[in-house]
Amino acid sequence: MIYQAIVFLPILGALIAGFFGRFMGPRPAELVTSGLLLITAVLSWIAFWQVGIGHETTKVNLMRWVTSGDLDVSWSIRVDTLTAVMLVVVTTVSSLVHVYSIGYMHEDPHRPRFFAYLSLFTFAMLMLVTADNFLQLFFGWEGVGLASYLLIGFWYHKPEANAAAIKAFIVNRVGDFGFALGIFGIFALFQTISFDAVFAAAPAMAGKPMEFLGYQVDTLTCLCLLLFVGAMGKSAQFLLHTWLPDAMEGPTPVSALIHAATMVTAGVFMVARLSPLFEYAPFALQVVTLVGAVTAFFAATVGLVQNDIKRVVAYSTCSQLGYMFVACGVGAYGAAIFHLFTHAFFKALLFLGSGSVIHAMHHEQDMRNMGGLKDKIVLTYAMMLIGTFALTGVGIPHLAGFAGFHSKDAIIEASYAAHTPGNYAFWLLVIAAFMTSFYSWRLIHLTFHGHTRADHHTYDHAHESPPVMMVPLYVLAIGSVLSGVVFTSLFVGGGYKEFWAKALVEGPHNHIMHAMHEVPEWVYWAPFVAMVAGFGLAWLYYIRAPWLPDATAKAFRPLYLFLLNKWYFDELYDRLFVRPAMAIGRTLWKRGDGATIDGIIDGTAGGVTQVTQRVVRLQSGYVYHYAFAMLIGLAALITWFMFGGGGVR
Amino acid sequence: MSLAGGNLLSLVTFLPCVAALIIAFQNAEAKNNARWIALWGTLVTFLVSLLIWWNFDPSNAGFQFAEERAWLGPIKYKMGIDGISMLFVILTTFLMPICILASWESIEERVKEYMIAFLLLETLMIGVFCALDIVLFYLFFEGGLIPMFLIIGVWGGPRRVYASFKFFLYTLLGSVLMLLAIMMMYWHSGTTDIPTLMTTSFPAGMQWWLWIAFFASFAVKMPMWPVHTWLPDAHVEAPTAGSVILAAILLKMGGYGFLRFSVPMFPLASQELAPFVFVLSVVAIIYTSLVALAQEDLKKLIAYSSVAHMGYVTMGIFTFTNQGVDGAIFQMLSHGIVSAALFLCVGVVYDRMHTRQIDAYGGLVTRMPIYAFCFMIFTMANVGLPGTSGFVGEFLTLIGAFKVNTWLALFATSGVILSAAYALYLYRRVMFGVLEKPSLKAIRDMGPREIAVMAPLVLLTILFGFYPAPILDVTATSVKKLVANYETAVKTAKQAAAPAR
Repeated sequence: MIYQAIVFLPILGALIAGFFGRFMGPRPAELVTSGLLLITAVLSWIAFWQVGIGHETTKVNLMRWVTSGDLDVSWSIRVDTLTAVMLVVVTTVSSLVHVYSIGYMHEDPHRPRFFAYLSLFTFAMLMLVTADNFLQLFFGWEGVGLASYLLIGFWYHKPEANAAAIKAFIVNRVGDFGFALGIFGIFALFQTISFDAVFAAAPAMAGKPMEFLGYQVDTLTCLCLLLFVGAMGKSAQFLLHTWLPDAMEGPTPVSALIHAATMVTAGVFMVARLSPLFEYAPFALQVVTLVGAVTAFFAATVGLVQNDIKRVVAYSTCSQLGYMFVACGVGAYGAAIFHLFTHAFFKALLFLGSGSVIHAMHHEQDMRNMGGLKDKIVLTYAMMLIGTFALTGVGIPHLAGFAGFHSKDAIIEASYAAHTPGNYAFWLLVIAAFMTSFYSWRLIHLTFHGHTRADHHTYDHAHESPPVMMVPLYVLAIGSVLSGVVFTSLFVGGGYKEFWAKALVEGPHNHIMHAMHEVPEWVYWAPFVAMVAGFGLAWLYYIRAPWLPDATAKAFRPLYLFLLNKWYFDELYDRLFVRPAMAIGRTLWKRGDGATIDGIIDGTAGGVTQVTQRVVRLQSGYVYHYAFAMLIGLAALITWFMFGGGGVR
Repeated sequence: MSLAGGNLLSLVTFLPCVAALIIAFQNAEAKNNARWIALWGTLVTFLVSLLIWWNFDPSNAGFQFAEERAWLGPIKYKMGIDGISMLFVILTTFLMPICILASWESIEERVKEYMIAFLLLETLMIGVFCALDIVLFYLFFEGGLIPMFLIIGVWGGPRRVYASFKFFLYTLLGSVLMLLAIMMMYWHSGTTDIPTLMTTSFPAGMQWWLWIAFFASFAVKMPMWPVHTWLPDAHVEAPTAGSVILAAILLKMGGYGFLRFSVPMFPLASQELAPFVFVLSVVAIIYTSLVALAQEDLKKLIAYSSVAHMGYVTMGIFTFTNQGVDGAIFQMLSHGIVSAALFLCVGVVYDRMHTRQIDAYGGLVTRMPIYAFCFMIFTMANVGLPGTSGFVGEFLTLIGAFKVNTWLALFATSGVILSAAYALYLYRRVMFGVLEKPSLKAIRDMGPREIAVMAPLVLLTILFGFYPAPILDVTATSVKKLVANYETAVKTAKQAAAPAR
């Protein structure tokens, strides 16, 4: 029952707030949804304890879904360690975001709708992580996409928000296009799409060829790559990342919940969940590593120069997701999920902290108009500092540190142990760690330190957020400090085999979880050095010599513009896809349908204008012509039948 | 089975006709009489059809509720339904009362004739799905166009004459060829009985010509690319309820025809020509989705999206797999609900603003939250979001397609991206943004009658998305038999051909 409660309490809240919010007012809607989510969170921790520590894997069959021929799919709940970790992440962050939103959204007239969407999202995400077959995974996948679309476009009067919402949905659909093909392929080859059956059959399928688009390809490689396209879309990986920064048009609590802590990590979850398949598709894993490493690096470069406080954090999210994919790609699934777990705490903290700053500054998001806020909102400042410590991975090798120190360094070590060509993954991640540290401290310095650049009025009225917003920050701060050191041995240390049990599968040649603990000493220190160097450089640029950023930007202007414009991906895609699609659509309509097809049809009838004119005179006489023609035809037919025209009898 | 003397199908078919007759004797000024009689007539018909569904045995793949009477020499009056046709009857009877309600206030001229036309149309449509004699089928199939012509031609928009003319040209071509094919089939087999024809094996060469002839008629009805251009015009000119019936039922007759005639009667030709159908289906999906993206008229956009959705249906049928055919039927039924609802949604704002130009709207969500909610559900179903009925059919047809040809699946799946693009773009332009047009400032949300019309459609869209079993269970056995018969026929032909070599 506990699992059903975890999954269905949020949708209950969403329905109540959505349908009755108009009648019962915003406050009850907030309390109902938040209350139900808090219950769900408590239940999730109990489930985590039962499954992760007590090792009970459970499956609950709920209802039949699609049955057709040999395809038989049910709604069900599957809870193993991987799911339990995700349950904890999703419900904890979601409940805190619900509570936080009571404060953050208190001036918005559409609060019941907002809370209904938040709870709807949580339900879809829970369906995603508890899926026991590919189709339910896909349901959750598209469901969170819908909730994301609704929430990004929540302020529907803003054109940018509407554009961002549509962009998010469509770019995700591009990913889902691959995901769907992957599912079709799984069914075509395995005759089932339920996880256990497919996983059991995977080793036998390894190395076998299949035909795809007329080519002979390796079955599992092809299927895993198709599925991974879905993961790239949802997790905003390189080439399909363009929607995530724009998604920041949504309210900040949404960014924290959906576009940092939970939904965007679904791709990582998917690869980990499908580890029994990916383990037998080494080439696919190499692609995952490459995409992850490139994203980690690329997003960090863009993050260096952004001025919108939320966009910096958004690019940081994109980059951190890249780390997780590198971990998956080298086979260290435990490390990937560990980083997913800790990242949820400190990234949600950073987003909600940014929200608190934005709240204090009356919806100002541009860091160029901030500065010197540390004295005005000291608690928020402290929380942002903790988040930054956790993100940049402050800690002492072999000892202990903030959350990100444990999980991110584990990934960097694994990437070294994996021996990618030229160790490219390792080096890209270390450089990204340096940039992460730089842009994180840049954010802190621009926002909180130095002299203020805000106008007097705003600065004087800057005020600390109410407790309803601060308490969730405190909880997340505790997670950002402790989640690394407490869980490291379970997730990636000595206890990982027992903890993960059968939820994560390692192929016969995958020894990464051991190898990552046996890397040279300097590898442990590399991220530490990168972190300190990033901090130092940021201090130099924004505290010691504040004229340096401008000078650098001027000196390297083309590079600066390249980064500022996000490597020009939006412009490129606009030219390549958006505009051509519209132009082709118009051409096909006017030239194809209009001139060609109708031209032929009208032409055979001797020119449409003439005929239409004649028709106008006849009014609807054509109806009678038609009826007449049909009756004549019928009469002829029947006569022919009756008088033996058939010739048989 | 013994209920109503075993004449349940005739009863459900001709009940609307009786109601039409009663209306005919009413005073033309008593508009409400016509409305209420039509509503009650269609409701009772719906109840009778539910009774049929209740007594329908889904485990029986054959024809049920069969009736047979001598009629015109070799031509019999023969009715019966199987798992493929059962739910199309329900869809028809279910949508009819909704159409009557939707026309309640928007039709003020010639109400009596309007209701009569709709009721006759219902009789003819149910007849199409029940007829088990090919001439009887032809009569219903072609006859249904007459009331539809009248509905467009009399109660339609300003360019109605052009639209019905186009409609006429297209369908004439198809029906002449079909008539010739029917003659040829009779000449060969000496019967017009559909179940007998289904077990007749026509020579391979002859199948080819018969298939083409039937295809001409069904492809126009579907409509398939490139013979689809009548549809947007017909939709634009038709009154709301006319569009609903056109999109929801009349289009399905093409798909039903493929399942009832082309595949079971001409399996060899179907197999040979399937790639041709695939090409047309994929072109329909991509081409019309792109065209939909460029539309500026609400109804035209939805009409083009219908053509794209019908592409999945033809593709699914000609994969000859369980999933493909199940999916095609499901897609037709789901599209019957969703496209009907979308046209009703257009009707709601058209009744208020008397324009279908997308530009004339914007920001409606501010004043019309209930409407926005309904429209969102149907938009998502149109996009094929899992959890709505639109997903199940698309998914099943695509899974069938992947088994047959990966290129086919690849191209067809790209439709999911394009459908999201045009549907969300439409929703944004109509619903979101700031409501700043002065004409919209006082627009009111849906009233109780409109909510009553929309609510069942919303519920079914969600219900069949989460629990499609009521549909899939009904169709399963008959589809299995259809696919099995097809496979046997193809195999036998192959074996017969093998020794000859």
